[in-house]
Amino acid sequence: MRNLLAFFLKNYFFFLFLMLEALCFTLIFNNSYYQRSSIIRSTNRITGNLNQVYADITEYLYLKKGNELLAEENVSLHSMIKVDTNLSCRPSLIQDTVFHYICAKVISNSVNRRNNYFMINKGTVHGIEKDMGVISTEGIAGIIVGVSENFSTAMSLLHKDARISGKIKKNNQMVSISWGGRNFRTGNIEDIPTHIQLYPGDTIITSGHSHIFPEGIHIGITEQFIERQDQLFNTGTLWFSTDFSSLYYVYVIRNNFREELLQHNMTPIYE
Amino acid sequence: MNSPVLKNIIRFALLVLIQVFLLNKIQFSGYINPYFYVLFILSLPFGIRKWFLLVLGFLLGISIDYFSGTLGIHAAATVFMAFCRPGIIRLLSVKDDLEPDIEPSIRNFGFLWYFTYSGSLVFLHHLVLFYLEIFRFSEFFSTFLMVILSSIFSLVFILIAQYLFYRKK
Repeated sequence: MRNLLAFFLKNYFFFLFLMLEALCFTLIFNNSYYQRSSIIRSTNRITGNLNQVYADITEYLYLKKGNELLAEENVSLHSMIKVDTNLSCRPSLIQDTVFHYICAKVISNSVNRRNNYFMINKGTVHGIEKDMGVISTEGIAGIIVGVSENFSTAMSLLHKDARISGKIKKNNQMVSISWGGRNFRTGNIEDIPTHIQLYPGDTIITSGHSHIFPEGIHIGITEQFIERQDQLFNTGTLWFSTDFSSLYYVYVIRNNFREELLQHNMTPIYE
Repeated sequence: MNSPVLKNIIRFALLVLIQVFLLNKIQFSGYINPYFYVLFILSLPFGIRKWFLLVLGFLLGISIDYFSGTLGIHAAATVFMAFCRPGIIRLLSVKDDLEPDIEPSIRNFGFLWYFTYSGSLVFLHHLVLFYLEIFRFSEFFSTFLMVILSSIFSLVFILIAQYLFYRKK
């Protein structure tokens, strides 16, 4: 026994190293994005305030771009109303009873890592919960993975675990969208059945089959279609419609029927 | 500012802030993510207790993790780097009796020595970091490219810092 103890003491450096590494690995593997919300919640309070200060300082740099994006969105919304007033009823002016939108500002963001997250300045006080979708004025942006009182952390679409259920706008064919890393402007289209031909320029939108995102939110424009011989599915690449490097104002989407949908044991398509 | 403890505490805080609020915010390219904060581990004096070195590595890594939302990855890489440091120093030092108060720097040991020392440790740190972050065999080679390019960039930052703050008096 004494020998064993002496052995440990003699090599304490190595064993301490093993212990600390074991601790790190426990942290890494117990914190895939589903279980990590509790830790993110405690971190949010500290880092949230610091990030808020940082965002307040740098806000002026993005005002112009932010205003342009919001103006463009206003234009597209105006044009939608105009079309609908020609009809006898105004379907788009009836309030959406399924999805409720909460506006928030991005206070911290990254695009250059393999797994990216961004932080927004709204939290539980404003009605934000885990697993809500986040969209920008241009298209899909991410999903909330952790909330504290005043801040929330969202997993960006630029994440290795992000997989969005989308569809090809012209023929409603389901595909799935993921991010291959490195270039934050392009993503991968997967699971295209062989009988479907995709052309550069085809729009990919959300399918609405998950309870997280409503149908018809822009994901991106097809860049390239890759036919794979002797495989069941073809693949492709797309340009994301959202410029993740300049996320500024975003909308968090609350699904009012989420609890009810979950009772049907629908697994979220967003893995 | 003369106390080495105070100096290192300030250096710790400063490097974490620079990393989190400056370098993490700059988009160089998908392949290049410099991690400058490892300079803290590189610059600790030779006489530091080995266990304390590991603990400091862990604390530094976990602080970066807290801000980046990557719990454990930076900590694992920095602890590994701290673990390798005594071995690398033993390999590189010509004489056996290094004065415990001296910090490894270009001023004290010359460019070539410091370049090999920091280069190997930064490379080991980035190797663990990027493979842990990506954790996919399908991206093995592109990850390796990322490790090499990012190491070069981090090293450039570290060497510039050396020349800026450790000038010969």
